[in-house]
Amino acid sequence: MNLRAVRAIYAFEMARTGRTMLQSIVSPVVSTSLYFVVFGAAIGARIPEVEGVSYGAFIVPGLIMLMLLTQSVMNASFGIYFPRFTGTIYEILSAPISYFEVVLGYVGAAATKSVILGLVVLATSWLLIPLHIAHPVWMIAFLLLTAVSFSLFGFILGLWADGFEKLQVVPLLIITPLTFLGGTFYSINLLPPAWQTVALCNPVVYLISGFRWSFFETADVSVALSLAMTVLFLAVCLATVWVMFKTGYRLKK
Amino acid sequence: MQPILSVTNVSKTYASGFRALEHVNLDIRRGEIFALLGPNGAGKTTLISIICGIVTLSEGTVSVAGYDIGRDYRKTRSMIGLVPQELTTDAFETVWATVSFSRGLFGKPRNDAYVEKVLKELSLWDKKDNKIMTLSGGMKRRVLIAKALAHEPQILFLDEPTAGVDVELRQDMWDIVRALRAEGVTIILTTHYIDEAEEMADRIGVMHKGEIILVEDKAELMRKLGKKQLTLHLQKRLEAIPEALAAHRLTLAPGGGEIIYTYDTQGERTGITALLKDLNLAGIRFRDLHTTQSSLEDIFVDLVRQRR
Ligand SMILES: Nc1ncnc2c1ncn2[C@@H]1O[C@H](COP(=O)(O)OP(=O)(O)O)[C@@H](O)[C@H]1O
Ligand SMILES: [Mg+2]
Repeated sequence: MNLRAVRAIYAFEMARTGRTMLQSIVSPVVSTSLYFVVFGAAIGARIPEVEGVSYGAFIVPGLIMLMLLTQSVMNASFGIYFPRFTGTIYEILSAPISYFEVVLGYVGAAATKSVILGLVVLATSWLLIPLHIAHPVWMIAFLLLTAVSFSLFGFILGLWADGFEKLQVVPLLIITPLTFLGGTFYSINLLPPAWQTVALCNPVVYLISGFRWSFFETADVSVALSLAMTVLFLAVCLATVWVMFKTGYRLKK
Repeated sequence: MQPILSVTNVSKTYASGFRALEHVNLDIRRGEIFALLGPNGAGKTTLISIICGIVTLSEGTVSVAGYDIGRDYRKTRSMIGLVPQELTTDAFETVWATVSFSRGLFGKPRNDAYVEKVLKELSLWDKKDNKIMTLSGGMKRRVLIAKALAHEPQILFLDEPTAGVDVELRQDMWDIVRALRAEGVTIILTTHYIDEAEEMADRIGVMHKGEIILVEDKAELMRKLGKKQLTLHLQKRLEAIPEALAAHRLTLAPGGGEIIYTYDTQGERTGITALLKDLNLAGIRFRDLHTTQSSLEDIFVDLVRQRR
């Protein structure tokens, strides 16, 4: 194991993040605060409790997930796409480093950043709304698992994309809608039965549900199912990356 | 002695179907400076990229110090440093950061003194805290060299190192190459300039259309390649070369209006003075003269023809 290489890639990526940390932190804090003002305070005041939780608190896990998913995908995809675009990937390819180590460095850094942002959003929420976290350890576990899975997904996106448009379009047209429809702002139990079935095809539903359970012990689907689906998604991403690397897909000519 | 790099029967077909390498065989000796000489598109970069792990090979094997580049990629790659043809650098990182990154990437423990030495040798020390994007093209090329040297490689590849490089850097580069060779580093450089290969290399390999058509010691190759022709445009046509000039082995151009003298630029004597004197004695006058050196293209064509 070339741990020095993993560390080098990780530190390189974290330094890149560090240079833009201020923007990276300010914008999620601002947008989260806006969501709270609009949905939590203004609209939420007229919404009764959802499954025994005040609406303002109810949306917190969903908002954190929204942030976690988009940031993970964007960071990881950009992290690997950019060296492909500029050509500096030649150095990674010529280094004595396994594909697993490459993934570890890039995905680890992307996941770290989104976990930090997730915690920042959580802290912001804390200031705005009374919150009680029932299962902090599970909360962190879901946070990490989701950050890693979607950073991997972003990594795949960054390998597959052959232009900046695709990098932007996937988070915008796939991740954000799935998150909104996945129960960020509502419990899918509130949907008509037919739509509930449709909603269950959305992997994000399981993430948000499990994450929300760790806060309030209320969930749309069982926690075990949430966990299983998250791990399954992680496994699918890992397998995809493995195949891509094995075949040198879009990396080696 | 076991070659430090051994390329056996390597072919490459790109995804487009283009056949870039055709059964290439090449052995590089430990500690030599080897120049891969060939026109654009010959396949030099493709060959180097395969050895370094950037391009996959379609057929054949490559071993570095006895290790296979596929099976033992960690061993082989940690021995190799590559300065790519294109100026592909990071933009926002500092010189120091990018060179240290390379060292870590290749699995070497941090060693600030060594990185400092490399940066100083490349006149990059006062730029160490500058962002790479603020540097000129020549400076970026130095950064790429520093990155390639950051992990103390035993083999250094320089792909067209003088393309777009100013005189000063060119000189510095050759100094560094010589110093590295003195430390025992094997150096493989590509170029399409004969004189560059001549200046630097111990041995030269000539590539053409994906094949290595010749590998020769420099001195030997230069003797073969270093031919020049002197053409004398005569005032009066000749039927034949006079007996008195037979010793010069001249050729009479068809039509009899020009005499062609082929000589070796590497020789102690070119024989030109003697020829001109004898022409004068023989009463042959000429109104003009010019010399031509076979172009690289001619030489390739010649070599290809000789091989058939
Ligand atoms: N990715 C690629 N796909 C298809 N053809 C390629 C690719 N890269 C290089 N080639 C072709 O392979 C040939 C050899 O290229 P290259 O190795 O770069 O030559 P050199 O370095 O000697 O100029 C050229 O004709 C080039 O167009
Ligand atoms: Mg080239």
